[in-house]
Amino acid sequence: MVVRKPREGDVRIPSGCAIAGIIDRSGQRHDGQDILKSIALMHDRGNGLGGGFAAYGIYPEYRDLYAFHIMYEGVEARAETERYLDQFFMSEKQERIPTEPVAAIKNPPDIWRYFVAPHPMRLNMSGLDESEYTMQHVFHINGQIEGAFVASSGKNMGAFKGVGYPEDIGEFYRIQDYDAWAWTAHGRFPTNTPGWWGGAHPFTLLNWSVVHNGEISSYDANRRYVEQFGYDCRLQTDTEVIAYLFDLLVRRHGFTQETAAHIMAASSWEDIDKLPADVREYETALRAAYSSALVNGPFSVILGSDDGLLALNDRLKLRALMVGEKGPMVYLASEQAAIEVVCPDAENVRSIEGGVPFVVQLDEVARQRLSESSENSPFERPFAHETGVMPKGRKEACQHA
Amino acid sequence: MLDYVYPKFKVLRDREECVECGVCERSCANGVHAMNDESGRLAADHSKCVNCQRCVVMCPTHALAITKWPQVDGGSRNWTLGYMQDIAKQAQTGGVLLSSMGNPEPYPIYWDHLLLNASQVTNPSIDPLREPMETRVLLGSRPNILKVNERKKSLVEQMPPQLKLDVPLMFSAMSFGSISLNAQKALAMAAKELGTYFNTGEGGLHRDLEPYKDRAIVQVASGRFGVDPHYLNAGAAIEIKIGQGAKPGIGGHLPGEKINEEVSRTRMIPQGTDAISPAPHHDIYSIEGLRQLIFSLKEATRYTKPVSVKIAAVHNSPAIASGMARAGADIIVIDGFRGGTGAAPKRIRDNVGIPIELALASVDQRLRDEGIRSTVSIVAAGSMRSSADVVRAVALGADAAYIASAALISFGCHQCGDCSSGKCNWGIATQRPDLTKRLNPEIAAERVTNMVRAWNHEIKEMMGGMGINAIDSLRGNRLMLRGVGLNEKELEILGVKHAGE
Repeated sequence: MVVRKPREGDVRIPSGCAIAGIIDRSGQRHDGQDILKSIALMHDRGNGLGGGFAAYGIYPEYRDLYAFHIMYEGVEARAETERYLDQFFMSEKQERIPTEPVAAIKNPPDIWRYFVAPHPMRLNMSGLDESEYTMQHVFHINGQIEGAFVASSGKNMGAFKGVGYPEDIGEFYRIQDYDAWAWTAHGRFPTNTPGWWGGAHPFTLLNWSVVHNGEISSYDANRRYVEQFGYDCRLQTDTEVIAYLFDLLVRRHGFTQETAAHIMAASSWEDIDKLPADVREYETALRAAYSSALVNGPFSVILGSDDGLLALNDRLKLRALMVGEKGPMVYLASEQAAIEVVCPDAENVRSIEGGVPFVVQLDEVARQRLSESSENSPFERPFAHETGVMPKGRKEACQHA
Repeated sequence: MLDYVYPKFKVLRDREECVECGVCERSCANGVHAMNDESGRLAADHSKCVNCQRCVVMCPTHALAITKWPQVDGGSRNWTLGYMQDIAKQAQTGGVLLSSMGNPEPYPIYWDHLLLNASQVTNPSIDPLREPMETRVLLGSRPNILKVNERKKSLVEQMPPQLKLDVPLMFSAMSFGSISLNAQKALAMAAKELGTYFNTGEGGLHRDLEPYKDRAIVQVASGRFGVDPHYLNAGAAIEIKIGQGAKPGIGGHLPGEKINEEVSRTRMIPQGTDAISPAPHHDIYSIEGLRQLIFSLKEATRYTKPVSVKIAAVHNSPAIASGMARAGADIIVIDGFRGGTGAAPKRIRDNVGIPIELALASVDQRLRDEGIRSTVSIVAAGSMRSSADVVRAVALGADAAYIASAALISFGCHQCGDCSSGKCNWGIATQRPDLTKRLNPEIAAERVTNMVRAWNHEIKEMMGGMGINAIDSLRGNRLMLRGVGLNEKELEILGVKHAGE
């Protein structure tokens, strides 16, 4: 067997980055040229070791199916993955993702996409809901099938990423051929060279996508918190743990994205102490119950989802993140120039405040949210150790009844 | 019978410096120093010296120093002088050997094998003098999922009661009886000043401490001394003491000589009788018994106070802790074998229990494996010698730490380990009025407050170096630790990588 170089997940790799996001609140779709131009301007913030894009609304004809973007290192990996998919999902369509040869992109993997629905009988038998079921199988492919990696697994969205500068990656994937109502992009500056396509960003899970710049110092506290609830932090990256935190707080605990972001960048005790008693009680309870979800250290994040985009900076504002608007369009980028290069007359250009979530929702989503209850309705599911027959791999757990 | 026991220490007196002022004689309750009538000079009875160093500190001319008794043993690593002297004592008296403070034997101190991280380049360190740095900790149980109304910013379901600590440490249980009222009062005053809590121990709450009752954790131990509805409702929280790190598996024994009028009134027992805490709680013979006691205490206090349960760190602590969490404990306290005591049988102190570092790491991991770590708080006890030990404990998984020996050392304790004699020259572990008056509660409170403030500054500096500005993000953040000189099994249990990895 060929000895492979260390990858994401084998070692923890801090990295710096450029991030950008563009959304049309009206839901109208735009091709990938603007996001490409915006991220290309921040060329120097990456070092050619990772770039990628996430796009929402690109597969309207398959909007009800999970679109799996899967990278393969060889035919064996593809055969094994397809056997696995056949077992647990029903595939409507599968094809190679069209790519363009680009001089700077070397040795790309074989990249396929599948439009699938969970196998109804197996889904039923699993006792899980659709998204939980899909998530577990994505974890399985990424963790257990050597040489296969699911780059994205959401509906009507997809991630296009790889090793290279983002502008080359964009050209390679021909992202100008896709129309999306929201785009995010990432250019990476890892401190060493994993050279692995799966490790590039955006990191995605179901319909979440996360692009992130920074290195969070709370990583292990956050990781050990989410791992309690079945999230497998295999890649050892900040981006991954941030995505899992959002998934836990929003999908499972039922909070709005804004509250989830507020939990992750909570108000300081100094500010909380100044609040009126009832709000103080609310904020204190959030901090107490979710203290391990507090994200610390420098970060700027753009979260993509079906709702729209959410941008968040650490509480001390240790990373740059700018926003600008023009009509229904909202632009986010690490640098102001990256906004102005695609929208020279952007209005209201400002920097995102530290610790204050900046939320842009599709108009349609925003209207719908107003009519919903403002109480969180958690989706609770029993832990594996409560339903399993044997505790997983921990011998001592058997010894004490 | 000829006594085979040698002195343990030797008093060195510099005759050139000594001015025969007699301060040493007045300082020593053990009667070491005395004027020799024949020579007219001060002389020492070495056999009485316990090395409390009161005379050394008090001597105005620095004429005194204490050294180890210079006698060597036979050279055997097996039959050391220590073991032989213990046999000599037991051959003389037929008694169980008594000792005090924590396990002093040279077992590994894992704190000393754990190094802390700091940020370089990819992540800026944070300057606590310029940026807010949060060390506030809330202790109590929490729901796994909080139910709220986000628009109204209000809670749909109430949070269980929480303790609010402005510093990530509290003063561990030391009862009135084992320590003097002045010592307890100093801790109470310091706890109020620092925004943290002191613990009454199992000796009841003296009426002079009523003004500090909202900073008190009232303990319920197997002897139930001083426990009545008023006591339970007086404190900020209740602690059920199952075990103590220094003496796992056994109870306590406060000799009748120490039960003076005040101790008698506070403990609610007759004056002059021995106060014996049984080894087990006689209403807790298993985990279901614990649940019943937890909930009777919660009923008695109308669910307004967190109930903590303290156990000694022993081999199956993880399973026990998990049971405690499920039995309704809001706070789990684990006390390692280096934690102090006023009195413990020497063989128990030196041979029973395990280090807090290992117990804490495995308890935290077990609760995470079971998905219940976030619903309960963990407090680590059993020898935190400095702010760095507190940082390590939090990084291993503790919400907060208990300190006691360090607080007493700030009062003047020199860890002579003779607490059980009741002749503490520093006025700490004694009830003799002539000795207790040596400890001025205001000054002692100031000393311990200074120490905790200094530790808290240091904790902030270390957190800032790691790029962390809230202690929440340090808790269980084991990547901030690296082991040195540890084997793979130790690293696995501690859940840390080796330095250089």
